[in-house]
Amino acid sequence: MSTPSPPPPRARRRSPPRPGQDDRNAWDGRNGAPATKPTSKEQAVEGAASVVGWLDERTGTSPFLRGFLYRKVPKGTNWFYTLGSATMFAFLSQAVTGVFLAMYYEPDPTRAYESASRITNEVFLGEFVRGMHRWGSTVMIILIFLHMGRTFFFGAYKYPRELNWVIGVVLVVLTLLMGLTGYLLPFDQRSFWATVVAVNLNASGPVVGPYLADFLRVGSEFGPTTIPRFYALHMLAVPGLIAALIGAHLYLVAKLGTTAPPWLKAEKKDLLKEEL
Amino acid sequence: MADSPKKFDKKSRYTEARGLPGAFEGETITRRRLMEGTALAAGGIATMAFALPGLGFALGPLFEDTLPTRWQDVGPEEDFNEESYVPRVMNIDAEIGDAGKTTIYVRKFKPGADKVVKGQDRQPYVVISTRCAHLGCPVRYIQASQKFVCPCHGGVYGFQGQVEGGPPVRPLDRFYTRVRAGRVEVGDRFSLNSQLERFAPRDPSNHLDGLWQYLYPSRPTT
Repeated sequence: MSTPSPPPPRARRRSPPRPGQDDRNAWDGRNGAPATKPTSKEQAVEGAASVVGWLDERTGTSPFLRGFLYRKVPKGTNWFYTLGSATMFAFLSQAVTGVFLAMYYEPDPTRAYESASRITNEVFLGEFVRGMHRWGSTVMIILIFLHMGRTFFFGAYKYPRELNWVIGVVLVVLTLLMGLTGYLLPFDQRSFWATVVAVNLNASGPVVGPYLADFLRVGSEFGPTTIPRFYALHMLAVPGLIAALIGAHLYLVAKLGTTAPPWLKAEKKDLLKEEL
Repeated sequence: MADSPKKFDKKSRYTEARGLPGAFEGETITRRRLMEGTALAAGGIATMAFALPGLGFALGPLFEDTLPTRWQDVGPEEDFNEESYVPRVMNIDAEIGDAGKTTIYVRKFKPGADKVVKGQDRQPYVVISTRCAHLGCPVRYIQASQKFVCPCHGGVYGFQGQVEGGPPVRPLDRFYTRVRAGRVEVGDRFSLNSQLERFAPRDPSNHLDGLWQYLYPSRPTT
C-alpha cells in the first residue's frame, strides 16, 4: 500500500471551463464532455474517490494518517510492540459485545440472574457473545500486563515517556475495576460472594475504606441499588475513562515515538567517531 | 529620534507603566486578561453547576441511615435454649429477594457464663450474625465442637463468637434482641471488640480494639 498522494500544486491544477467557453484544455477535448461514456465501475470509483476527497479536504485526515501510520520506528521493532494494540482491540471487542449484552441484560437484583441466563440459553448467539465478553475480559487483563511487562523490561518507561507509563498504570487499575464491577453482574452465588469479599476488602482500608465500601454498596448493606451502581460504573463511567486515556496514551506514543529494544546498541556515526 | 526611548517598568502593577498598547491610566489589568478570567470563571461555574449536584447525588447515600430499625419476629421463646444455637433466617433487605436474607444463630442469654459489659444493658438473647469478621463470607455453627467456622479463609470462632483462629480481626457481630408477648424479636446489628464490648456496626475486616476503632470509624449509614 502506498501513501495517498497530496493534491498537485495550485499552478498545475486545471481550472474548470467557464459556461459557453470551448474547453480545449480538457483531457478529452470537447466542451468538457467525456470522449467515451465512463463505465459504471469507473463511475463508482470516481464517486467514492470524490467522497473521500471531499472529506479529506475538510478534515485533513490524510496528512494526519500519513504522520500517524507511516511514522518512523526504530530498528529492531518486533512483535512485542504489538501488545499495546492487542490490548486496545481487546477493549474494543469488550465495548462492542458489552453494548449488545446491555440490550438484553436487566440490572435489577431480582431480574439480573434470569436475564443473564436468558442471554445464554435463549437469545440467538447469546452464549457466543456472552462468552466473548467473559473470556475477552481475561484476555484483556493478560494482554495489558504483558504490555506493561514489555514496557518495563525494554526500559520504555524512561524519559521522556514517564507520563505515558503513569497513564498506562491508571489504565491497568481501570481495567481491573472493570473486572471487579463486571463480576457481580451475572448475579449467581459465585459473583455475589466474590463481590461481598471484594467490597469488604475495600472496607479494610483505614479511615476511607468503610466509606468506599458504602459508596460501592450504596449503603451499609448490599441493597436494591448495588447492582445498578456496579452496572453504571461498569458500562458508563469506567469505559469512558478508559477510552479517553487510551486516546491520550496513543497521542503520546505517536508524539514521542517508540524505543528500540534494549539489545540494540546505538549506532555510532563515523563523524562522531572521528570527533571522539 | 531625539527623545530617548521611554523607560517602562515591567514589574509595575499599572498596565500603562508597563507600556502595554491601549492602556488606560490607573488600569491594573488588561482587558484581554479580564476577559480570559471571566471566560474561565464562567466555564468553571457552569461545570460546577452540573458536577456538584451529580457528585452529591452519587455520594448522598453515604450520609443517611439506609437501614431503619425493624424488629423481626424469629419465633416463640420456647424455641430457644441456653446451651446451643438455633439457626433462623432474617431479612436484611426485603427488596432484593433471596440476596437480602441472612442466617442468624439464636440462643438464650446464660447468666454467669455470658459476659455482661459494665455500662451496657444485657440482651435477653444472644443472636450471632453469620457474617465472618474477616471478609464477610457466611460462617456455619458446628454443634459438636461448639464453634463457628468460615469456609472461605478458615476463620474459627468460639461459642461466644470470639476469634479462636484464622484471619478474622474481631468477634462475630450480634443483633439487639427483645421479647414481645412471648416472642423473640431481632433488631439492629452491632459489633464487638475482643472484650465483647459493644460498638456501632462495622464492616467485616475492621479492627475494633484500642486505637483501631478510630481508624475504622462508625458511619452514618449504619
